[in-house]
Amino acid sequence: MNQRVRVDIIRCDGHGYCAEILPERIRLDDWGFPMVDETPLTRDLLALARRAVNACPLLALRIDSTEAR
Amino acid sequence: MSALAVLDDVQQEVRLLDVAGGGAERLETHVARLGRRPAGGSWFLDELSRSGLCGRGGAGFPAARKWAAVSANSLGDAVVVVNASEGEPWSAKDRTLLSLRPHLVLDGAAVAAETLGAREIVVYLGAPFRTARYALRDALRERRRAGVDPCAVRIVRAPHAYVAGEESALVRRVDGGPARPRAVPPRPFEWGVGGRPTLVQNTETLAHVALIARYGAAWFRSMGTETSPGTALLTVGGAVAQPGVVEVALRTTVAEVAERCGGVTAPVQAVLLGGYFGTWIPAPDARDLRLDADSLRAAGGASLGCGVVALLPATGCGLVETARIVDYLAGESAGQCGPCVHGLAAIAGALWRLARGEQGCAEDVALLERWTSMIRGRGGCRHPDGAVRHVLSALQCFAADVERHVQRGACEGVHRDSMLPPVPAPARRRP
Repeated sequence: MNQRVRVDIIRCDGHGYCAEILPERIRLDDWGFPMVDETPLTRDLLALARRAVNACPLLALRIDSTEAR
Repeated sequence: MSALAVLDDVQQEVRLLDVAGGGAERLETHVARLGRRPAGGSWFLDELSRSGLCGRGGAGFPAARKWAAVSANSLGDAVVVVNASEGEPWSAKDRTLLSLRPHLVLDGAAVAAETLGAREIVVYLGAPFRTARYALRDALRERRRAGVDPCAVRIVRAPHAYVAGEESALVRRVDGGPARPRAVPPRPFEWGVGGRPTLVQNTETLAHVALIARYGAAWFRSMGTETSPGTALLTVGGAVAQPGVVEVALRTTVAEVAERCGGVTAPVQAVLLGGYFGTWIPAPDARDLRLDADSLRAAGGASLGCGVVALLPATGCGLVETARIVDYLAGESAGQCGPCVHGLAAIAGALWRLARGEQGCAEDVALLERWTSMIRGRGGCRHPDGAVRHVLSALQCFAADVERHVQRGACEGVHRDSMLPPVPAPARRRP
């Protein structure tokens, strides 16, 4: 099943750790908030994605196994 | 066709605003004129589907699909909410309708409650709308006495804020929280008021429901087009002799709408369709544009939105008007999402510099392109998307003005009366 990174933008406060850990899928906009590329995670990115999820101080990041929106 | 013939033709389009005297219609008069309301039930899901009725709150979502989703989740414990928050500053149709025909709206809500198995009806009414509130209160008293509603009906005051009418914000407010959007899914049809499946439907939409229940889908479809059947309430403002709320069939042109409002009072340069989340269309393209969904979509992806039609005279400056509106929208952000809070503020700042023709505002044009594409689709709700749509359509519609402001500074229009309704000052408040 495809796994994707998703952000709950309401929760997010723009700490920015996620973009440092997973630049392959997450970039920051001009105000420091994450712009998430929701293409499925490749095998080698999955561990990094988990680290990014765990690093978020606001628990705003998650890995979703559902279909694309 | 002569002007008079047009008027004759459109007079028959009046369904919702077909009111006898002044003031709110009494239950007695309402029933005498329309007959008793048929009971809702599963039969009505089919009838509604055949009618092709689409929501009149802004998104234009097919009503039958929303009802089916609530119905599928309801165990006889659903909630029906009449959305009369009408936070759009230039719209007045919903409060007008409630002030004149409260029973028509409440009949629609009652049909919805019976059809969906609801045990409560909530009227979510914008706090400043006193006339509508009094009309509603009287109407509810009459209805309780006559026993015409299947369940309890209560009024909840909506803060007068732009995002307060957004579905999930509405649910939070009715549940006693702040009127700010929450993360979706779950959407209100599965997890709404009190955790129960909830139908949130615009005031005007429910009034149409009351008539469809009585006269049927075929009657409803006798007006409008195949894909946009029926009539719609519009709030018309700007360069017309008699601004206000009118009802038209969904195939009427913008020029005919202006005629209904006493004709234009000045040469028009552009028309804003759909309110603050809407689209600016140059007058030459707008004049013969029909107000049905297909025609509007073909005209640069416009839509009727909440039914606001505003005519900007040639003397005004579209860039100043856009800056004002987007500045207001930036202040109306619920303040929850970074891209919306910071992005809209930045966009409003760039628009003002462009509107004033400040030195180096060529750079702002590039920034506007960058920022609009940067924040689109990234809010918890659609607030930033609506603002972005407005900005992009303005940059396109007023492209010549952008060029002129960049080359030669602000135009004369900055200092002239725009004739548009006033844009509320940006509040920077948290609803």
